[in-house]
Amino acid sequence: MSIWGVLAINSITFGGLLFLLSAGFSLIFGLMRIPNLTHGSLFMLGGYVGASMVLAYDLPFWLAALIAAVAMAVFGGLIERFLLRRLSGSLLAQVLVTLGIAFIVADFCLMVWSGDPISVRTPSALVGGTRIAGLFFPTYRIAIIVIAVVVAAILWALLDRTRLGAMIRAGVDDPQMARVVGIRVSRLFTIVFCLGAALAGFGGFMGAPILTVYPGLDFDMLPLALVVVILGGVGSLLGSLVGSIAIGFIYNFGLVVVPELAYFVLFLPMVVVLVVRPQGLFGKQAP
Amino acid sequence: MTATRIGLLVASVVMVTVPLWVPGDYYISVCSQILIYAIFALSVDVLLGYAGLVSLGHAGLFGLASYTVAVCLGAGLGHVTAIVTAIGLTLAGTAVFAALSLRTTGIGFIMITLALGQIAWGLAYRWVSITNGDNGLSVAHRPAPFGIPLDAPSHFYYATAVVFVLAVIATWIFVHSPFGASLKGTRDQPRRMTALGYHVWLIRFYACLFSGFLAAVAGILFVYYTEFVSPPTVSLTSSAEPVLMVISGGSGTLFGPIVGAILIEIVKNVASAYITRWNMMLGAIFVAIVMFMPDGLVPGTIRLVRRLLKFRRKESPAAAIEPTSSGPVP
Repeated sequence: MSIWGVLAINSITFGGLLFLLSAGFSLIFGLMRIPNLTHGSLFMLGGYVGASMVLAYDLPFWLAALIAAVAMAVFGGLIERFLLRRLSGSLLAQVLVTLGIAFIVADFCLMVWSGDPISVRTPSALVGGTRIAGLFFPTYRIAIIVIAVVVAAILWALLDRTRLGAMIRAGVDDPQMARVVGIRVSRLFTIVFCLGAALAGFGGFMGAPILTVYPGLDFDMLPLALVVVILGGVGSLLGSLVGSIAIGFIYNFGLVVVPELAYFVLFLPMVVVLVVRPQGLFGKQAP
Repeated sequence: MTATRIGLLVASVVMVTVPLWVPGDYYISVCSQILIYAIFALSVDVLLGYAGLVSLGHAGLFGLASYTVAVCLGAGLGHVTAIVTAIGLTLAGTAVFAALSLRTTGIGFIMITLALGQIAWGLAYRWVSITNGDNGLSVAHRPAPFGIPLDAPSHFYYATAVVFVLAVIATWIFVHSPFGASLKGTRDQPRRMTALGYHVWLIRFYACLFSGFLAAVAGILFVYYTEFVSPPTVSLTSSAEPVLMVISGGSGTLFGPIVGAILIEIVKNVASAYITRWNMMLGAIFVAIVMFMPDGLVPGTIRLVRRLLKFRRKESPAAAIEPTSSGPVP
């Protein structure tokens, strides 16, 4: 397979990881109106927690993934319930608290797991390649793509087909009215925050065999999530999916074509979208 | 007014005499650092306090100025050329920053400035052929304005103090001018300002340019101060520090950011002597201040004192009639 084919697969894989990160970010933003700046930290912390489960306690890969997700859901829930809830009404204060927590988590991880990158071995069932249509693809990357698609489908079904989803959509569209008709929006906040945190933690661990987990991963991923949401539009699942894949391609191709400006090329789609359509490709409201 | 004057006088005397009573060169350098960060905090405050726009990407502008000076000097250009180029490039960069970020306000502004700041960091880190990547760039020597070399810490301190005073005066004029009043108008009542015929976007854009100019000045002083610049200068941490200074001191005042800069820099320097976890401490201070003193330490303390005074006055009913609103800091 040509270098471009490999690159395309890597881009879609990275897009899948980005989707796990940014879907929750976008939902939280849509519902609570704040960019959760701890989201990159949850991604990194999930990676570290899962990796420790595999390396130190020798747990199976998927159990570790589950633990990472649940741990981050609990952590996210605590942040929402005990810090953000107290500051409800003051968006700036909420954003700054999430930033403060992001710094604390970054330093905490450096303290506990030291500065060396931690790599997790790919689960044995997914080592090697798979032959699809005469071409050879790395199995683990295919698995990530499948997982991202499955998560997207589940999220879509949850948001579009269930009562809870209808309540969340109502909260995104008009929180005041949702409250008036008897939806407990503050409980939705907690649910969505936990869900988003769990997805981020899960994504961090799924990314560990490819990206490794290292200090600084949090603030590497956070701007990518921001750009995805600026691109796709706030609170839109489809927007996160399309944005993630687009950024996955732009970032990975950028790394190969212009390695020195890899971060800078992210700037271009952002500029275009902000100039032409400030609310994002699939967004209803400006961020 | 007299209290303000006395305060200013004391502050000036303290500032001028610092190298005389401060023990040792290290502490004089810390004072220079405080003044540099105070200018940087003022730059953030012009937007945060007076325009209601929170920028989490200001380190990008600060770093752009630092890097430009380092690159120009590395290419063999003179100090004047380097400084002028740095200010020019940073203003151009600010214009791009502002043009994009001002597509939205409020939370959207925070998000876009953060993304732009991180992109600037990515450039500093990855564009190795210009920035030398992780290793950073060093500056061979400081300039010698009017033939006075600034290599001694006290000389550099006085040069920084002069620039600092000029920056404070410029900011004072800026925020107290009719333009500053219209800027506050766009912060509080953007719709009414539009209805009155003000060009809200343009007013915010000019405020961004002025803020970018102050950030450039701080960035230039910083690169001469450390004689070195590397990607951490452009990181999110260094964007967050001036925001914390402004919020801890009290936004929307000139006094607040300066007090905040003094506090945070002292904490940073004292703390770094005992613990190595500055980022954790920064985060903890952030959370604590936002949770417990959302309007800043200076107004927060004033409010606390007033509440105590009021509490005591309540015992004598004659003095109970007292305006309860905690006004802005003089």
